[in-house]
Amino acid sequence: MNTQFFAAWIEEIAAAVRSRRDHLTQLDAAIGDADHGANLDRGFTAVREALAAASPQTPGALLVLVGSTLIRKVGGASGPLYGTAFREMGKAFGDAAEVSLAELSTGLNAALSGVQRLGAAAEGDKTMVDAFAPAADALAQAVRDGVKPQEALEAAASAAEQGAKATVPLQARKGRASYLGPRSVGHEDPGAASTALLFGALRTVAAR
Amino acid sequence: MKKLINGVDTVVTDALRGIAAAHPSLRVDVENRIVFRADAPRPGKVGLVSGGGSGHEPLHGGFVGYGMLDAACPGEIFTSPVPDQIIEATKGVDGGAGVLHIVKNYTGDVLNFEMAAELSGDEGVEVATVLVNDDVAVQDSLYTAGRRGTGATLFVEKIAGAMAETGAPLAEVARVAREVNERSRSFGVALTPCTVPAAGKPTFELSDTEIELGIGIHGEPGRTRAPLREAREIVRTAMDAIDADLPLSGETLVMVNGMGGTPLIELYIVFAEVEAYLREKGATAVRSLVGNYVTSLDMQGFSVTTCSLTDELTRLWDAPVETPALRWGR
Repeated sequence: MNTQFFAAWIEEIAAAVRSRRDHLTQLDAAIGDADHGANLDRGFTAVREALAAASPQTPGALLVLVGSTLIRKVGGASGPLYGTAFREMGKAFGDAAEVSLAELSTGLNAALSGVQRLGAAAEGDKTMVDAFAPAADALAQAVRDGVKPQEALEAAASAAEQGAKATVPLQARKGRASYLGPRSVGHEDPGAASTALLFGALRTVAAR
Repeated sequence: MKKLINGVDTVVTDALRGIAAAHPSLRVDVENRIVFRADAPRPGKVGLVSGGGSGHEPLHGGFVGYGMLDAACPGEIFTSPVPDQIIEATKGVDGGAGVLHIVKNYTGDVLNFEMAAELSGDEGVEVATVLVNDDVAVQDSLYTAGRRGTGATLFVEKIAGAMAETGAPLAEVARVAREVNERSRSFGVALTPCTVPAAGKPTFELSDTEIELGIGIHGEPGRTRAPLREAREIVRTAMDAIDADLPLSGETLVMVNGMGGTPLIELYIVFAEVEAYLREKGATAVRSLVGNYVTSLDMQGFSVTTCSLTDELTRLWDAPVETPALRWGR
């Protein structure tokens, strides 16, 4: 997977966020403050502009730029959290021109650690971690099993989607939904839903 | 839902242009979204920076001026500002005595201000942070993101701002800011949801006979839903929650704050009940504010915030202030 692959991934995420913008915002309206779709859309629009202006030469440089732009442009909790995720992944890739599936798995684990360090969320708190952690685990398992990249990323995307759906019955313990207490039960977490979009986009790009 | 806007994507910048045009005492950087005191930075004075999502006006931009904030960073509607904005504001108000960040306790605000404080420190500005978390509807526990910052933010900004005007050092300004927060408690009630322009419809649904108890300031539902009752009964619920958390006594600063869509006459009805409740508890409302100060767009409802005063806090509260939304004594 080269720089072009990761550029295509980011393009795919931007398109997915744009088409699911209202859905994400409605999920957020139910248990948060109705801005998640609009914020991510604004962030990835800024990311596309930043990438066009800088044309980074390695996967690592590209992802660090994506992360920094999200931190600078999005605000809220999602800006720093997603921004840190992409930055950590980019840093894990270093200067390499190509990234293997195993390295992608390592990078995604670094991203997850960054998110958890910043947000102090664990699995089951009804946050983006509930989609991210199972996806990263599924990918790590696929690498150990030696399956093909396309199949591995399919497994990661499915795990993220299942993880997001599994937030519905949970009571939020982190983020703005936690203020609702038991009333946060019965709604899908918007951060977990957008994380599932990220892994879905990875699957889409790998399948091309 | 009808809104007086030019477009959903320009709400914040269009409003900032209006604030700039209306208030020559402010210098508004519309592009970077920062509201400065026109005379910032003031050499030798601790700078005060606050910020948060837009939609709470007059908080925070309306509290920039003599005796209060030196700069405010408005984010998108209900979205915290970004680190770049906060860093720019911090550097812009540093008169060599350091800068106090006043941060409402929400995950997004905390993360963005933390990053900004760290980077400003790298650039040689001394930064202290005070976290405001006065909302008793949320228990501060492992099971929540901690108590929300609501009405007490105004008290902290006013009193810390007055302390900074005396030329006090950063540690002293931060100390009094934390003391105000520790002595303050709030509880909010919604009669209707609000409508975020980009969402275009109300954040939740509430029938004509129901209210939400224990709301925050972002149009989110509260902790519980209850039937609409007389103002007296609703106030009792709110005040009982405050009193159970920090028993009311002695000289008290009280704010009855409108959420944006409630007429002043109703807020005064609420204030009368709040004042009676305090007397019943042996406390006295020696200082008061009634009006729309920390709002939630067009939401109907109110919040009540109390602060148990000391002589020092009363003196700093009474000190002159000159901002678009709060001014006296000058």
